[in-house]
Parts: sequence; C-alpha cells; structure tokens
Amino acid sequence: MKKKLNRIYNILCVIFALVFIAAMLLTVNSLPSIGEPTNPTNNVVSEKYLTDASWETGSLNAVSGMILDYRAFDTLGESCVLFVATIAVFIMLRRDEDSNPNLPTQYLNQSYEDEDDIIFKKTLEFLFPVILCFGIYVIANGHLSPGGGFSGGAIIGAGFILYLNAYGLDKIERFANSKTYLACSVCALLFYGLAKSYVFYVGANHLHSIIPVFADGTIFASGLILPLNIAVGIVVSNTVYALYIMFRRGGFNK
Amino acid sequence: MVLIQNAVAWSVLILIVSGVACAALSGKVAKWVATFAVAVVGVMNIFLLKYFLDGGEYFRYSMGHYGAPVGNELRSGPLEAAMCVVFCFVMLLSIMGGRKHIEEDIKGKKQNLYYISAIFLLCSMIALVNTNDLFTAYVFIEINTITACGIILAKEGKTALAASTRYLIMSLVGSGMFLIGICIMYGATGHLLMEPIRDFVAGIDPSSREMIPVQVSIALFAVGMALKSALWPFHSWLPEAHSSATATSSALLSGLVLKAYIFLLVKVIYRVLGIKLLSQNPIFDVLLILGAGAMIMGSVNAIREKDLKRMLAYSSVGQIGYIYLGLGMGTLAGLSAAVIQILAHASTKAMLFIASGGIMDVSGGSKKFKDIEGAGKRDLFAGIAFIVGSLSMIGIPLFAGFATKYVIASAAIELAGVREWIAIIAIVVSAILTTIYYVNAVLILFGGKDNSKKPEGFKYSTEYIIAMVVFIVLNIAIGLNINNLIKLVELGFSMFA
Amino acid sequence: MNYFLSNLPEFVSMVCFGIGFTNLLLNKNMIRKIIGLDIMDTSIYLFLAVKGYIAGTVAPIVTLEEQMVGVNTSLYTNPIPAGLVLTGIVVSVSVSAILLAITVRLYEEFHTLDIDEIIHMVREEDRRAE
Repeated sequence: MKKKLNRIYNILCVIFALVFIAAMLLTVNSLPSIGEPTNPTNNVVSEKYLTDASWETGSLNAVSGMILDYRAFDTLGESCVLFVATIAVFIMLRRDEDSNPNLPTQYLNQSYEDEDDIIFKKTLEFLFPVILCFGIYVIANGHLSPGGGFSGGAIIGAGFILYLNAYGLDKIERFANSKTYLACSVCALLFYGLAKSYVFYVGANHLHSIIPVFADGTIFASGLILPLNIAVGIVVSNTVYALYIMFRRGGFNK
Repeated sequence: MVLIQNAVAWSVLILIVSGVACAALSGKVAKWVATFAVAVVGVMNIFLLKYFLDGGEYFRYSMGHYGAPVGNELRSGPLEAAMCVVFCFVMLLSIMGGRKHIEEDIKGKKQNLYYISAIFLLCSMIALVNTNDLFTAYVFIEINTITACGIILAKEGKTALAASTRYLIMSLVGSGMFLIGICIMYGATGHLLMEPIRDFVAGIDPSSREMIPVQVSIALFAVGMALKSALWPFHSWLPEAHSSATATSSALLSGLVLKAYIFLLVKVIYRVLGIKLLSQNPIFDVLLILGAGAMIMGSVNAIREKDLKRMLAYSSVGQIGYIYLGLGMGTLAGLSAAVIQILAHASTKAMLFIASGGIMDVSGGSKKFKDIEGAGKRDLFAGIAFIVGSLSMIGIPLFAGFATKYVIASAAIELAGVREWIAIIAIVVSAILTTIYYVNAVLILFGGKDNSKKPEGFKYSTEYIIAMVVFIVLNIAIGLNINNLIKLVELGFSMFA
Repeated sequence: MNYFLSNLPEFVSMVCFGIGFTNLLLNKNMIRKIIGLDIMDTSIYLFLAVKGYIAGTVAPIVTLEEQMVGVNTSLYTNPIPAGLVLTGIVVSVSVSAILLAITVRLYEEFHTLDIDEIIHMVREEDRRAE
C-alpha cells in the first residue's frame, strides 16, 4: 500500500514538474532573443555603468564599480546575509558547556586532521603564502581587473581551511580563533555600514563627499571601493572559515 | 531635502550597525542595545509619519549620488511610514513582553545571537517595506528568511527543529519563485527599479506577446509571496513553526514577518502593473479563491485545536486569508482593506501571542486547553489582553479588528458576479467560525472553579505589564480611530503610484 | 521555432529550474532537497548570465586610455547581470549552509534524513505527550 502511494506520489511529481517547465518555456519563448544589442536589457542603465563608472567611481571594472557604488545598498545587504547566515549556523551548531546539553559531546576534543601527513604539510608550507598573496592581490585589484572582495575572500578562506587540515586546530587557533574572527568580522562590517551610511547621506542630500576619487588607474584610484573591497574580503573569508569550523565539530576551541 | 526624510535610510542602517555591534557584546548588554535601537527607529518613523500627515509629499531617497534609474533607491510615503511604525512598536513590545521567556528558553551564550537575529529581522522588514528596487527586495527577503529561521531555532527542541526545516524549505521555494520572477521581469523590461519598470510596461500593448513575461513574472511574485506568507493550502508549516517557538518569536513571526512579504506584493502589484492591468491577470482570481478558502479552512482547523498557541497560529492562517481576499478583489478598495488588515492583525496577533506566553507561565508551562483552565484569573493582564484581542479578531466595534471587517465588507459589495458571492460568503462564514473558537478560548481561560491562585513564587515583571497595557491601549486606540486609519490609507494610496 | 534556437540557453536554464524546483519541493531526502535548491539557484544564474551576453563583446573592464577618451559601449557586455549573479551566488551559499546545518541537527536528533519520517516522529511524540 505504502509503495503504491509512493509510486503515485512520484508520478504526480513528474507531471507537476513537466507542467511547470512547460509553462516557463512558453514564457521564455516570448522573451527577446539573446545576444542582440537592441534588447531592453541593454538600455541607458548599462550604458551609464560602462561609460561613467570608470571616472565617477574610479573603478575600471564596471561590475565592481556597480556593486560597490551604484548598487552598494544591495551589496551591504549581501554582506549582512553572510553575517546572519553564520549567526544562524552558530545558533544551530555551536557546542559549548551551557548550550545543547543533550547533544553528544564526544566530538568536542576529537581531532579530525591527520597531522602526520608530511607531503601535505611541506606542500602547504610553500602554498599557503602563495594562496594568501593571490587572495590579497585579487581583493586589492578588484576595481582594476576581474575579482574583488567576494572572490578574493573565498580564496583566502579556502587557504585557511587548507592550513587547518594540514596543521590541526591547535596550530591555526594561535592566530585564527573565535576572538580574532569576531573582531575582524565586526570591525569590517561596522566599517562597511558606517562608511556607506555616510555616502548614502551625502548622496541623497546632494552634499559634497569628502572621499577623493582620483580615477587614474592606480590602486588608490577609486576612493571607497578599495577599503570596501577589503572589508568585504574580510567578511567573506571569515564566513567561509567559520562555516567550515562549525561543520567540522561545532565551534572554535578558543 | 528635509532632515527627517533621512529616517528612511537611517532606520535600516542603524539596525544593521547595532545588530553587528551586538555580536561583540554579551547577552545582557545586547538586550539593551537591541531594545534601544528598535525604540529609536520607531520614534524616527513616528516623526516621518508626522511629516507626511502635516502635508509632506512622498519622496524617493537615492542610496548614493546617483538616483533612478541607475542606483538603488528607497521610497517612502504615508503607508510605508505607518507600516514601519507598527512594525517597530510591535517588535519593541514583543521583546519587552516576552523577555522572561527569552531568558528562560534560550541558553546563555546564545542570547545575543537571538537579539542579533531579531534586529536583522526588523531591519529586513523595514527595508522590504521601503525599497523601490526589486533586487534589493530579494536580498532582504533572504535576510528575513534566515533570521526568522534563527529565531525559531533559538529554542531547543525537536518540534522547533522539524518545524523550522519545513518553514525554511517552503520559504526557499518561495524566494526561488520570486528570484526567477525578477529575472524574467528584468529580461523583459531591462530595469530593476519599480518606476522605470512601470513606465516600460505602460508602453507595451497589453495584448501583444511582450506582455506575457510581465504577467507571468507578476504571477510568480504572487505565488512566491503566497508560499512565504502561508496562504492556504501552503500553510502546513505555519502552525508548528509558530507554536513551537518562544513567545516573542511567535508574536514576531505571526504578527510581522508574514505581513512584510504581503506588503511587498501589494507594492509590486500596484506600482509595477498598476490597478488597471490587474484584472487581466488570472492569478488574482486564484488569490481570491485561495484567500476565501484560507478564511474558512483556517478557522475550521482552529476550532479543532486543543492547544492555545496552535489555535492562534491557525487563526493567523484565517486572517492571512482576509488579506489575500482583499488583494484578489483587484480593486483599490480591496487593496486598502488588505493594508488595513495588515496593520490591525499585526498589532492584535502579537498581543495574543505575548498574552499566551503569560498564560503558559501561570499554567506550568503547558499550552493545552485542559491545563490553562482559569489561567485568565491567575494572570489578569494576560486574561484581559486575550479578551481584547479576541474581540478585535471577531470584529467588535471599538477594537482594531473592526476596521478590517468594515472595510473588506464594503469592498466586497462593490464587486460583481461570482466574485462578490465568494467574498461575501467567505466573510460571513469566517466571522461566525472565528467567533466560535475565540469565545471558546476565552471561556476556558476564565472558566473552572478554585483555580485563581497564582503559582508559588510567581511575579509580574514590570516590562511585561508595560507591554500588555500598551498593547491593549494601542488596540483600543486604533479601534476608536478607524476613520483616521481609513483616511491615512487613502492618503497613502493616493501617493503610492 | 526561431525563438527556440536563439533562446536555447534560456530554455535549458528553465528546464533546470523546473528540475531543481521540483526536487526541492517534493523530494523527501534532505540532502537531495539541498541539491535541488542548488540546481535551481544555479539555473537562475545561468539565465541571468545569458541576459548579459551580447554577441561579439568582452567582459566589462575598460582600459585607462578609454577612460580618458570615452568608452565605446558596443565593445562590452552588460555589467548588470554579472553584478546580480555575484550577489545571488553569495545569498545561495549562505542559504545552503543553513540548510546543511539544519540537516546535521536533524540527523543528530532523529537519525534519519527523510523529512516525512521526521514529521511523523514529531507527531507521534506530540500524541504521546497528550
């Protein structure tokens, strides 16, 4: 009986999926065909980003200029999504003495990393600085080349996860523990929020902003975009690393 | 630009900054920071509302130096300001009234996490109410989903865990629909801000092929928001999620979170499609029918419940039905009725949930009907609040809920044909059913003999008393000023487009 | 039919969206639901990315010389969808993380990943409590 019900359920699922897909295909069929320069998406807005972003924001990369200046409110919200996501994961998975007494605690002091893997260690000894440098390069040149805070932050976070796997939690917690995590994330997000508050305020009230934009193609060309990229990079790398730590065993040791 | 107009952006930014700062603070400090931040934002929005009532025009607030159609924008008018005021104060009162439960239900170090979630929840709702940009709306919808999940999960327990899983899945389906709707809309019109989209849509011939994607994306918005706001028959996650959380969370989820999505939908419908094109979209007939179904089925389910908080949660399903009935009518009167119901239900349902927290306190932590007999006599504040809330929900004059019943009934009479009959039958049947279960609950709360003795060591906290009294006064104040409320909504809609 | 060929990537993304959507909504296993969510989100990003494409153009990173003399916009793709995809990816990463965390907790509490079974267990427990 149960099997039969299950089969009917599955068939219904397939029918539902097909109907939904068919409806969406019909809709898409009426959209303008792709790749044409005359499509409604290629309007004044995208033209404005392409022509003016480079001198109005100092960012040669139009995408960076757009997400950190013209549409900065979205990006602020996005950093907040990352922040609240870590908070929600903390609420669910964090294990310490006074929370979740019912959950198994034998994981607490267990080490998951193979700390005697000499090849891994020696490789990472060479690779870790390279990964960090690459991440920092991607963040710092976010307004001049492809990249930016999100991609660079993900690279640095991945570097930290590799380091943790090679050397174990005790070693990495000498510099990446809950205190540094909290300090870095909170400072970066506060800086982001306050700096953007100022920009929104002067922007909406048509005042003159004191933040200089040189627009000369150097690394300091773009006023707030470089520091904002750094702040975003810190938030992203922290989030990536913190999520890994939470899934690994439910929290930082220190 | 007048200084107070900055309140639109500042409310969101203050909440973001204080929410982030709470992460570095201990639970005790975070509690005061959260309360203070919410109060400040509420006061700012009161001044903003006063600015509009004194004759201020609606305005658009560009986030940065570059306004429409290039940058992000917020937009505020009387409706948005009123919505923000109600949201802030319901939030403030819920946190104050449920403080004791937060401290009992949520373990030590997680308390500041709870306050962070609550602050970001309010922040996302204010952003949703004020935003003028569809993609910003998507980002803040996700913040809203995540934080709502966080405040359910903060209380340990299997029921809360299973409930929030279902809630999250339904919510994610809803936001997926919303996102694909945005993408199709963007592909068809090339804009993300609502005014440019409307201008583009107004230039399309309604019968041409270019209109199909616009209508489909509006339908996707409607379905996505309906999933997220628990429109019957997508409501199955709601009763468990709302009843298993701590009192404050229940009040916030039932009173505010659902409403923010619906207000966003009202905005998208009204600003993007315009009231004239509304009747051409068959999705609104579906919303009308589902709304009517929700009003009846929610109440039927509530009658069958033997658990106070679950009954209230099912009652929310029914009350959400009124909102969708108003939306589905596709007329201005219907939309106004929906907005009035949002305001009235937000203030009433939050009060009922906080009162049910107080009732559980004097009944040994149980919310079953057999244990709460006579609890209204043990905790008079909760008892009186529950009576006021019930009368308001039933729709007795002098209480907030009457406004909705009055407006929605007059909107229904203006309809024609089958739609009129569906609306009128749903309103009448739902009114009778609502009366049955609320009267039953009040009788249980004040029934029984020799059960008016308070449990050992029970003490009212000052914050709880303040919250209950203010909730009651607020409800009666809204009930006494129905004409002003209707005028406010009319003023709001005149500036809405 | 012309449209079918010229809109092929959009068609593909819609089919993927439907698959992911149905998986998320109707599959009983939590992990499969999460995979469904990811397929759904990714297909939306494909759709958006295609929206930004203009035949014969390159990524929207202008050179310094062009900045001085003025940018020829017909050489570059549309930057808006790229930015939206960037935002969307971050959001979907966060959401997947939360769903995975919930799954970890569910498995610890119920020792199963089947959502129907979990709901059944919770209801049983409620009934026993009464």
